[in-house]
Amino acid sequence: MPPTIKDLMSQIRSHVKEVTPAEVRARLDRGEPFTLLDVREKEEVDQGHLPGATHVPRGFLELRIEGLVPDRKTPIVAYCAGGNRSLLAAEGLQRLGYENVLSMAGGFTQWRNEGNPVVVPRRLSEADRRRYSRHLMIPEVGEAGQIKLLGAKVLLVGAGGLGCPAAYYLAAAGVGTLGVVDFDKVDESNLQRQILHTVDRVGTPKTESARKTLLALNPAVNVVPIEARLSSSNVESIFRDYDIVLDGSDNFPTRYLVNDACVLLKKPNVHGSVYRFEGQVTVFHPPAGPCYRCLYPEPPPAELAPSCADAGVLGVLPGVVGLLEAVETVKLILGVGDSLVGRLLHYDALKAEFRMLKLRRDPKCRYCGDGVTFPGFVDYEMFCASPVSVAP
Amino acid sequence: MSVKVRIPTPLRPLAGGRDQVQVAGATVRAVLENLEKECPGIRSRLCDERGELRRFVNLFLNDEDVRHLGGLDFPVQEGDVLSIVPAIAGGAQRCAAGPPCR
Repeated sequence: MPPTIKDLMSQIRSHVKEVTPAEVRARLDRGEPFTLLDVREKEEVDQGHLPGATHVPRGFLELRIEGLVPDRKTPIVAYCAGGNRSLLAAEGLQRLGYENVLSMAGGFTQWRNEGNPVVVPRRLSEADRRRYSRHLMIPEVGEAGQIKLLGAKVLLVGAGGLGCPAAYYLAAAGVGTLGVVDFDKVDESNLQRQILHTVDRVGTPKTESARKTLLALNPAVNVVPIEARLSSSNVESIFRDYDIVLDGSDNFPTRYLVNDACVLLKKPNVHGSVYRFEGQVTVFHPPAGPCYRCLYPEPPPAELAPSCADAGVLGVLPGVVGLLEAVETVKLILGVGDSLVGRLLHYDALKAEFRMLKLRRDPKCRYCGDGVTFPGFVDYEMFCASPVSVAP
Repeated sequence: MSVKVRIPTPLRPLAGGRDQVQVAGATVRAVLENLEKECPGIRSRLCDERGELRRFVNLFLNDEDVRHLGGLDFPVQEGDVLSIVPAIAGGAQRCAAGPPCR
């Protein structure tokens, strides 16, 4: 008489060892090195899986395992929904010569019922797939990258000449949360370059104007308007919730405040500045590279940095520089390419030239230097001895 | 030895509007001294009373920060490019080491 499934399972149990979810949890907590294999189907995994699990459906297991786990001595714990498919899977692996294979008894169901941590993978909706299809086609972005963008939180300091174009494209790219800090109101003279604002919003807060335009482009973005003047007392609470800070400010006190807060909170500070036909872009993120104070330990004294209300800027220029900041931000979120950490990109629009300059961290920097404890925020207006002006 | 000095926008009024000036000199310091002859008033924007580089100005010899090359006495080579990179606050309003605007 042929064996029943019950006979088969008990026969496999005689040579495949089982572990309980509690034992697996203990191993994970101890940081033991082993491969955790989820052998369920994709639809099941989409509902939730164990932290750090590698997914290979049971039907493809033998075909794919050598590519995933070349060393036959690697400890493996296989699991499925209830503990039966993982027994069959473990037996298949033993036949291929894997010596250290265990099956988790009770499977994912028991793991979850015992209150252990479950990771629910984020998936793109059909609407997301249509909207971001040109991202999904690029291997460097793809579904995983788009999910990172949707989960990212970027804070824009200033909804001015640099912040407007950066925010516009970051919203288009699907960056999930965009905080916008600005205390200013839209002025007619802003419209030459601050492309989020419109004629009918002159006199209204820039943060609210920015929110309207960004939501009209991409209603799924969580735009957080923060109508405030950034200061030593609010900077930590504002920055804390964000992954990356994009500095589009226009005055030295704010530049130093943004720098110091980013050093303290270890956030990448995507920096851009413009003057007439020239622009500079870099990413400050010590210790991988310098901070703003490594480059410019002190601001220029007031007599050498006069308030130049008529200094002016070519309206398109902050567009170029703000978008270079946006590109660097997206690269940081995706974790692709070589960021501008440790390099300053200089753009001369009149010559149509880009030049790259090397920046180094100052190990003696008072803010990000070796072994330095954060000296605290200062009075930035006093430090720079010049009043704050309106956004670029 | 002759090097090309790139003048940033805020300092161009001191250079007669030029964006680059060809200057002779064997070291960065000598180049700056000769630059002062070409563009009177520019050195005090770049260097303090002791002749050292101001902390809000960076000089790059080709793509290297002069401070990391050991300072102003670093020797220059024929054809080098010396770039002056001042701190720029941001947008349309403010500039470092720039000329008074009012």
